[in-house]
Amino acid sequence: MSSLIECEDVWKIYRVGDVEVQALRGLSLTIEQGEFVAIMGSSGSGKSTLMNILGCLDQPTKGHYRLNGIEVGNLKPDHLAGIRNQQIGFVFQSFNLIPRTSALENAQLPLFYRGLSLKEQRAQAAAALGRVGLQGREHHYPTQLSGGQQQRVAIARALVTSPSLLLADEPTGNLDTQSSQEIMKILETLNRDEGITIILVTHEVDVAAYAAREIVIKDGQVLSDRVTRARPTSSPVEA
Amino acid sequence: MSAFVWLTILTALRILARNRLRAGLTMLGIVIGVAAVIAMVSIGEGAKRAVQAQIATMGTNVIIIFPGVTSASGVRGSQGSAVTLTVSDALDLKKRIPLLADTGWTRRDVMQIVYGNRNWNGPINGISPSYLTIRDWSFTSGGPFSQTDLDSAARVALIGQTTVENLFEPGEEPVGAVVRIKNVPFRVIGVLAPKGQSAQGSDQDDVIFIPFSTAERKVFGTSFIGSVGAMFGSTDQVEDLPMAAEQIREVLRARHRLQTEQNDDFTIRTQVDLGKVQEGTSETLTMMLFAIASVSLLVGGIGIMNILLVSVTERTREIGVRMAVGAKRHHIMMQFLIEAMTLSLVGGALGIVLGITGAKLTTLIAGWPTIISGNVIVIAFFFSLVVGLFFGLYPANKAARLNPIEALRYE
Repeated sequence: MSSLIECEDVWKIYRVGDVEVQALRGLSLTIEQGEFVAIMGSSGSGKSTLMNILGCLDQPTKGHYRLNGIEVGNLKPDHLAGIRNQQIGFVFQSFNLIPRTSALENAQLPLFYRGLSLKEQRAQAAAALGRVGLQGREHHYPTQLSGGQQQRVAIARALVTSPSLLLADEPTGNLDTQSSQEIMKILETLNRDEGITIILVTHEVDVAAYAAREIVIKDGQVLSDRVTRARPTSSPVEA
Repeated sequence: MSAFVWLTILTALRILARNRLRAGLTMLGIVIGVAAVIAMVSIGEGAKRAVQAQIATMGTNVIIIFPGVTSASGVRGSQGSAVTLTVSDALDLKKRIPLLADTGWTRRDVMQIVYGNRNWNGPINGISPSYLTIRDWSFTSGGPFSQTDLDSAARVALIGQTTVENLFEPGEEPVGAVVRIKNVPFRVIGVLAPKGQSAQGSDQDDVIFIPFSTAERKVFGTSFIGSVGAMFGSTDQVEDLPMAAEQIREVLRARHRLQTEQNDDFTIRTQVDLGKVQEGTSETLTMMLFAIASVSLLVGGIGIMNILLVSVTERTREIGVRMAVGAKRHHIMMQFLIEAMTLSLVGGALGIVLGITGAKLTTLIAGWPTIISGNVIVIAFFFSLVVGLFFGLYPANKAARLNPIEALRYE
């Protein structure tokens, strides 16, 4: 079985007017199923571009990106949408919940596009909310929830499809210290107990510390890649 | 229906309910357009039906033949001014043209009619008995005169409702009374059932019928004996009217010894011709309604497009999130199309209610007859659906083509 993520000499070149911007310059990277990786780097380092490509929101200009062995580089937008729906969960810095829509309905959203019956959508979304400790808040609106709770709804939304990859882009960036710790604990638990691969982008060293591997990006290339914590050998992956 | 479509409709309704004022203003164009169409078509249909009823009062499958016009040194008289049609023409037509079920003739003049100390000026019509059957006249009391009355130039009269009202006291029985026309006493033997206005707007009940021969000899003092004011014919089938009219023309031209280069000295009109004139009028009306409706629906559609473009911009981030979690282009497209159609259909439904109310009020206040046809409602509803679909297409497509990364970053 191949690795979950294989990046091979990935280039991303934007053209802004006459200026060519090389956001990624021949980046190569491999991430295995069940890893918890922190990606760090200053702004402009190319880490956002990398996250967009890893999340199948964007495609490399050159090079190869294989997710679960599938070459993503030349897929059509709708095909990419299908892959995002089936395999990837997103957690954003600004939560990105749909306003004036209940927690349950927000968590349902990915299932909505899977064409499941309403009853199944609700049951699975309620279960996902339960996993992030939001039982009883299903019918709260985002405005009625604290930042930490909103981010947990977002995690439930990412989890509801049982993705193989969870991408968290500065998930604690808008949260206070205590909420940040709660969120990181949830992510840690998901990785340890359910074997979900998590890729985390962060500025904060203490947040990065939850991850087992730290990749630093600079100028569109991997500057350093080190294991900060031994992977739990007895992890019940795909139990 | 799939859970997706269902939930999308629900979401669309919720968004509308949340922005009630905005949605209401957006729908206004559609509401007014649909209401205008329904109200005006209802009024138009009512008017058309009324005109058809009027044309039907002429009789069944009627052909009217007027004499031609006089011409003196190029100055032409009014229609019927020439005395070119005669009783023998009418009798001959019936004999020669099997298609004609019957022919009748009349000659009229406005004269004073006196009863007791009252008098009234009305059209006196000398008629053949067949005229009554051709024109479908019926009686509220008494009955028609006969061929014998015609042959003997009997002094008998049939009077219409308007005449009755002007000569007799309310409740007085006209049948058996003696009225005087030009000092000649006539016994009233029948009161005609009312017909109301003719298609040309004249009061058909303001009328007195007397036998043609009596009129000719004792009332009108005609210089050309046997000349008639108009001839009438009828056929059994409405389809036979044009053929019968053509045959009448041939027979009359032959009888009047007209050369091929000479124009007809008479004019033939069938009931179908009169109907066509009315149809032409209502067609013009329909075209105007169509124009008004198109403009309002167009304006309404542009309103919907505008508000949807605003909505797409406002919800760019939401669209980005939806795309990130796996919405395909057609999902986003559907969402906005359904919103557009919800707007236009709710607007259409309100327009239908308003239109029907308007039509009913018109009947109630102005007393115009209105006919609300189910077809119009279905068509109006269908059109509002099409408008929603058409004007929703551009904003929906714009939303579906957003780049998810840029949409997610949108502030």
